[in-house]
Amino acid sequence: MPEKTLVSDITDDVIVPGVKKKDPIVVAHAVSRRFGGLTAVDVAHLEIPRGSITALIGPNGAGKTTFFNLLTGFDKPNTGNWTFKGKSLAGVPAFKVSRMGMVRTFQLTKALSGMTVLENMRLGATKQGGENIFVSLFKPLWKAKEDEITERAMQLLAKFKLDTKKDDYASSLSGGQKKLLEMARALMSSPELVMLDEPMAGVNPALTQSLLGHIVNLKDEGMTVLFVEHDMHMVNTIADWVVVMAEGKVVAEGPPSTVMSDPAVIDAYLGAHHATDLGTIEGQLEVAEDMQSDLIRNEVEHDAEAAGIAVPGHESAPTADAPSTPVDTEEKK
Amino acid sequence: MNGNFIWLAIGQIFDPTVAAYALATIGLVIHFGFTGLLNFGQAGFMAVGGYAFAITSVIYSWPLWGSFLAAIVAATIFALILGIPTLRLRADYLSIVTIAAAEIIRLSVKTPEFSDVTGGSEGINGAARAFNAVNPLPEGRWGLMGTPLVYNQDQWWIRIVGWGLVALACLLVFLLMRSPWGRVIMGIREDEDAVRSLGKNVFSYKIQALILGGVLGGLAGVVFILPRSLQPDNYGTQLTFFLYTIMLLGGAATVFGPVVGSIIFWVTLSLTDGLLSLGIEAGVLPLTTTQTGPIRFIIVGVALMLLVIFRPQGIFGKKKDLHFA
Repeated sequence: MPEKTLVSDITDDVIVPGVKKKDPIVVAHAVSRRFGGLTAVDVAHLEIPRGSITALIGPNGAGKTTFFNLLTGFDKPNTGNWTFKGKSLAGVPAFKVSRMGMVRTFQLTKALSGMTVLENMRLGATKQGGENIFVSLFKPLWKAKEDEITERAMQLLAKFKLDTKKDDYASSLSGGQKKLLEMARALMSSPELVMLDEPMAGVNPALTQSLLGHIVNLKDEGMTVLFVEHDMHMVNTIADWVVVMAEGKVVAEGPPSTVMSDPAVIDAYLGAHHATDLGTIEGQLEVAEDMQSDLIRNEVEHDAEAAGIAVPGHESAPTADAPSTPVDTEEKK
Repeated sequence: MNGNFIWLAIGQIFDPTVAAYALATIGLVIHFGFTGLLNFGQAGFMAVGGYAFAITSVIYSWPLWGSFLAAIVAATIFALILGIPTLRLRADYLSIVTIAAAEIIRLSVKTPEFSDVTGGSEGINGAARAFNAVNPLPEGRWGLMGTPLVYNQDQWWIRIVGWGLVALACLLVFLLMRSPWGRVIMGIREDEDAVRSLGKNVFSYKIQALILGGVLGGLAGVVFILPRSLQPDNYGTQLTFFLYTIMLLGGAATVFGPVVGSIIFWVTLSLTDGLLSLGIEAGVLPLTTTQTGPIRFIIVGVALMLLVIFRPQGIFGKKKDLHFA
């Protein structure tokens, strides 16, 4: 598994929500966003460490995506200020944020379906003079840059194993391939900070592993990654640092091992059975046992007998560290 | 009645009005087909261009180039007025504002208070005077390769200039849409937030596209009034929807679609008119001659419905480009 950044390289202070980082790339302070009476985001202080992979987790409606939108200029906060590489981003429009080196992807994949895979990639490139309406009329003025862009696009596509699909319309790709394309497209501009909004949503288990690898590679290439994810297995595997949001606030942060065992986090988000695989009879029985519900227990046992599966004794119920499938099932309350 | 109507229909292929419709539709294709801007006020752009040309040329006696420039500048200003407040909002706002603005233009120029300048509901006559004064063709009438299609020097002049402008506009669209600029524009059509996240100034591109298509609409307005007088009621919403019909006919995101669409639209109208008159004369159709006008538009409407059902991408369009279905 990938080598993780040491906690001592991220911070020396006592780990509490809003802790100072040694080398933050993004610093957000008192950022809040209200929709009518609802406060969607209310982050007192948060620093994202440079050169590492930070996961942003939290239950549905915790304000993760809204916070993403605020940081990237897609939405404007009611209060607060935030900086990227020490430069204030308050009031900076989304396209300029992207040009500064902070590129995002979307929860609902935004592949430009009416364009080919290669055109999608080329669009991600920066400093193409031919994007000026007057320059664009004269091909010799932008041809050389276009060749350069195409070469880089093909390299990235090859890395993401999409090079054979370069002339296909993006609409013909599978959901997982669209996620890959969106990530590859974001990398065309050589960003410093890549922000991925649920990169694993809708991706089949076979692709999950390669996506994980790609994200770890970003870090190896010197980029900082911030991602929103519900898949705890993924967070555990690749994140150096985890930030937990609930009801708009940062309720905990720290390295994954510490955060995952924080009782406040487990209660607020993960649930007592977050590591239980509900896809198996054993897992379901374990939950039934805990809920002390005879009804559920009887039902599960009945189903198991009907299917000819031996019902295991409760003593041998699986422990928290024995999930068997590649995608960890999390229980949401 | 004889076979003359067939020549009349063929003559539509060269008609300057057909060129004007093609030019305005090319503008609409830039808006709707390539950028995804729902402009329902292309008739307004034509009116703005036509009036700017006619007023400066007839009332203020500007030189020809000045009047052309006035049409371009007026269409640009109109695009800015419509675009700056609406293009930051959701796509539907532009359509509401454009359809209303086109009507505002048409009704404003008709008010008696402005009639010194705009000619009121009478419109303006003689806009072609300065244009015909620079006609390099010698006086006379020529036919086209021995056919009954015979025009005088001024009729030839407007045909050459009108279709010349259409050819230039096609070339412009072709050059733009194969370039990185066109790529950004088409990306905006697909998903503007995605394009924004890639560091492109979406608002600026949308304004540029709106101006470009609007200027082509304005020039179409000029070509439209040169062979006739300027009448404010020609610029109703009906005109915009004819342009949409032409666009869907040819294909919404194509270079030559508007040209072919415009020709087919007008040839069909002309042919059905001739055929209906023929049928009435022979006593085959239980209609009066005054009914032929509406009936040919019914035929065009039915044809458009069939087209949208069976070939929604238009004649030239690729099925993949069908972003609005």
